[in-house]
Amino acid sequence: MAEVVIGKLSKSFGAVEVLKDIDLAVEDGSFVVLVGPSGCGKSTLLRSIAGLEPVTGGSISIGGREVNGLAPAQRGIAMVFQSYALYPHMDVAANMGFGLKFAGAPKAEIAARVQEAARILQLEPLLKRRPRELSGGQRQRVAIGRAIVRKPQVFLFDEPLSNLDAALRVNTRVEIARLHKMLAATIVYVTHDQVEAMTLADKIVVMNHGRIEQQGKPLDLYYRPANLFVAGFIGSPAMNFLKGEAVAGGVGLGADGLISLPLPPGTAPGAHVTLGIRPEHMRIAAGEGGLRLPATVDLVERLGETGFVHLRLASGAVAIAEIRGETGLKTGDRTHVALDPARLHLFGADGRRLG
Amino acid sequence: MRKPLSAFAVHAILGLYTLLALFPIVLVVMNSFKARRAIFNTPLHPPSPANFDPVGYARVFGDSSLAFYYLNSITVTAGAIILTLLFGAMAAWALTEYKFRWNTLLALFLSIGIMVPIRLGSVAIIQLVAELNLINTLTALILVYTAQNLPLAIFILSEFIAQIPKDLREAARCDGLSEYNIFFHVILPLIRPAMATVAVFTMIPVWNDLWFPLLLAPAGGRQTITLGVQQFLGQYITDWNAVLAALSTAIVPVLLLYVIFSRQLIRGLTSGAVK
Ligand SMILES: Nc1ncnc2c1ncn2[C@@H]1O[C@H](COP(=O)(O)OP(=O)(O)OP(=O)(O)O)[C@@H](O)[C@H]1O
Ligand SMILES: [Mg+2]
Repeated sequence: MAEVVIGKLSKSFGAVEVLKDIDLAVEDGSFVVLVGPSGCGKSTLLRSIAGLEPVTGGSISIGGREVNGLAPAQRGIAMVFQSYALYPHMDVAANMGFGLKFAGAPKAEIAARVQEAARILQLEPLLKRRPRELSGGQRQRVAIGRAIVRKPQVFLFDEPLSNLDAALRVNTRVEIARLHKMLAATIVYVTHDQVEAMTLADKIVVMNHGRIEQQGKPLDLYYRPANLFVAGFIGSPAMNFLKGEAVAGGVGLGADGLISLPLPPGTAPGAHVTLGIRPEHMRIAAGEGGLRLPATVDLVERLGETGFVHLRLASGAVAIAEIRGETGLKTGDRTHVALDPARLHLFGADGRRLG
Repeated sequence: MRKPLSAFAVHAILGLYTLLALFPIVLVVMNSFKARRAIFNTPLHPPSPANFDPVGYARVFGDSSLAFYYLNSITVTAGAIILTLLFGAMAAWALTEYKFRWNTLLALFLSIGIMVPIRLGSVAIIQLVAELNLINTLTALILVYTAQNLPLAIFILSEFIAQIPKDLREAARCDGLSEYNIFFHVILPLIRPAMATVAVFTMIPVWNDLWFPLLLAPAGGRQTITLGVQQFLGQYITDWNAVLAALSTAIVPVLLLYVIFSRQLIRGLTSGAVK
């Protein structure tokens, strides 16, 4: 296993700059998850690490060795594709041993390593099947098995679970977490799924428009997002944003009144700021005072024990609050929503976190 | 959805077409077993004990040079198929997979060959073959037929190769395969049905061709069977029994090849997609 260090990486397709100035360190044995909106360059970054896409500038090193000029096979990586990319004309065992065969490994060793991977992934009864005779989940496991057999220094996963149904996705996610522990593998993993990112990652990297917006531990990103983009991207449903301006002793929200909170030093009075608060940090509460805003219920979504209330504030702004248990709220109700002062996020006009 | 034709009508039309296409062949095979007089008097009648006469076959199999002509035809057809498939697939792979400077221009140039019949260049081809000292060799025929069939082969195979998911080629690259190994061990097995299609398209016109054997290899024991049959067509008398027998036997090898390739074709079609 090895660490991956990426410095000042850039990548253009013709005139279009897809990756800009990417600096990223993946520590030995760590699990790094890349997230970001569609088209932000996650796959391109992963493919650049794999060597499938030549980069325009910057450096990539794996295990202390610069790999910029090396072919994928020489980089010590193994990639698991979203489409599985199993060879349709070979059985499972041949699929998993294919790379080793061309590396000139002895037959006995190939068989032993395929057997070992099959045991880990419970694929032993399937070794003689063709890919088309497997279910989606089994194909995914074969694809992972093919990666394991190569004993790579780094595993690269590009949305490996997105073709699986919900139940299978949970199982396979747990499986991947278990493999990560067992193999002490260095993993770079691309996903769209918040839950996958939060549960699997040692470090989450949030990307947008080819740049890294923030990287850090999952809970750090959740509790201290560095900017509006990360705040809105991490967490589901997304964080509520209320636009206002800095005044003495707090943030003025216009028709919604004043939220009193200590402003970070250096905040100019009158500056445009955005107040952020997650749905789970808002409560429906009667009465006035404190950090309480009057609101009208637009819609109530019940998910069982929890649910979400879509609210319209006095200023016309909309917000979503989480509710637990039976509340009896219904569309059109007038109520109040209380904000947890310890969980307020404040962002400046440029979108950066204040304080 | 609108149903333009009932299944019955479709079958009727196809059946009619089959009858039409098979009629001359059946006529040739039927008459090849009849006595000369019966061929002329009752050409549309099937052979009966009264007029049965395998003299044509006796003459064809008795003529030792005809066996060589069969062998020549088989060699030329097989050689042309193999070279067309190999070079066609390689060119198709290069043109679809790699971005290089003259890619589009080259593809365009090659596709012109589909539209311009190669026979227009016959004179130049004769000159070229003569200068290469390849007149009356099978090599000349194989090369010309390969050239003739390459454009369409490249066109068809490119389409198929483009449909192979990109992930598959990249998985192979991650597995450490060289570009040659990717071509031979991943791409070729996956386009087998397309290659069978191309083989069938290539085979039949090559087997039946009279033009180039006549121009490039008319003598020296290098005649193909279509040309070899001509020896029975005399200026004054034609040995119809032998001609019909030779033509009937000429169907057999091409039929066998067709069965082999179409098996591949069906197997390829049913062997399943990637996901
Ligand atoms: N071969 C290519 N040629 C030109 N542009 C490309 C190419 N591949 C990707 N792009 C562009 O690069 C950008 C990033 O693509 P990429 O596939 O990395 O996005 P992504 O973050 O993986 O998106 P998704 O979540 O939808 O998979 C996109 O805008 C895409 O249009
Ligand atoms: Mg992607």
